[in-house]
Amino acid sequence: MIRVDIQSKNFGATPVLGSIRFDVSNGQTIALVGPSGIGKSTLLRIVSGIDSDFRGTVVRPEKQAVVFQEPTLLPWRSALENLCIIHPNLPKDRALDMLERVGLGGMAALFPGQLSLGQQRRLSLARAFVGAPEMLIMDEPFVSLDAQTGRAMLTLTKELIAETGPATLFVTHDIHEADVLADRVLKLQAGPQGAILAV
Amino acid sequence: MQSPDTRLTPLFSILGLLALWTVAALLTNDAQVLPPPWGLLGPLQQEFASGELIKHLGSTLSRVIWAFCLAMILGVSLGIAMGRSPRLNAWLDPWLVIFLNLPALVLIVLCYLWIGLTEAAAIIAVTLNKVPNVAVVLREGARACDPALDALGQVYRMSWRTRIRHVLFPQLAPFIAAAARSGVAVIWKIVLVVEFLGRSSGVGFQIHLYFQLFDVAMVLVYALSFIGVMLMVEWLILQPLERRVSRWRRA
Repeated sequence: MIRVDIQSKNFGATPVLGSIRFDVSNGQTIALVGPSGIGKSTLLRIVSGIDSDFRGTVVRPEKQAVVFQEPTLLPWRSALENLCIIHPNLPKDRALDMLERVGLGGMAALFPGQLSLGQQRRLSLARAFVGAPEMLIMDEPFVSLDAQTGRAMLTLTKELIAETGPATLFVTHDIHEADVLADRVLKLQAGPQGAILAV
Repeated sequence: MQSPDTRLTPLFSILGLLALWTVAALLTNDAQVLPPPWGLLGPLQQEFASGELIKHLGSTLSRVIWAFCLAMILGVSLGIAMGRSPRLNAWLDPWLVIFLNLPALVLIVLCYLWIGLTEAAAIIAVTLNKVPNVAVVLREGARACDPALDALGQVYRMSWRTRIRHVLFPQLAPFIAAAARSGVAVIWKIVLVVEFLGRSSGVGFQIHLYFQLFDVAMVLVYALSFIGVMLMVEWLILQPLERRVSRWRRA
């Protein structure tokens, strides 16, 4: 379960986030929507623990995974190594199974630069799910993909979430993505002291 | 892959340099001032047969290796720390500027004066001359590291060893390679000065000896022999290493 209780987040003197409270229970998926620049990615960085410079508390499980807006892979390591380095206790056959599962069977030895953007995103997804995370954060994971690849990725993600059951929080601008994946949608809107959740 | 013509270009370039040297030697017409390339074969054979050449090349190479390793370890560590910590950089940047502009000769003389005419003083002097250059290159490398990969290491709770090995060092590899290659080239020249001024062995010492005897052929024999050694280091160690760490770029 994720428990978010943020009182404020500022960049210097500029307030970015105001009072924000919500919970995400195990197996639940929450979509976070809102206009560009409102602070959605900042909120995700706080929830995932990348940004600890804020007032408030976030309680998160030990096993977490993040799917970044860009695939954010290690370009100097093969697809298989990208899974095994991040998850050092992962058996090799399980990593190969996961690559097969996301449609990268036979590509274990390739470097990320030899994969298409869609394949890199699949690898990023494999990296997130192969560790069986209890918490999953995704920041616009399907952005800049063509419609067909985007649909395939969306279906795959939905299946993997159903199989793994993490508490999931993801940012999207696409209401269709939110409809397909999310149990609940939270909307960020501008407030007097930074962004707050719309009622 | 390079075409055969391109691969042979360096060879033709070297042959061109030898031709230029030959023409200059013929024009000078004084083997004491500038012997032709073939005029070095006799002295080279003589020094090799007596064991002197190997002994002095070995002494210089040993100093180069020590100073290179120390300069790389210190310079890489300092550069990474300064590149990642703006506060540390603010404190140490003026020191770096001072050491970068301190003439090599001053550092060598001060090390000999303060420590004595010892092997340690010689190696410390060379190391101190090179550390600022390595640190500057690596500082830029550390600044150019992708913050998204830092975030990756953080959220997936990678151990610090894993982060250094799989995230940090691969990003810094081109900078380390650049610092290493320029480092080797600079270090051996400084080692020669150190030997010239205060050691009783090494290529620099021999050059000093034959300078006093005005034996240009021997000066060239020792200088060119060590250039040969350093070219072997470059071709057999540094370039293959660089190709290996950057193979993913060509995949």
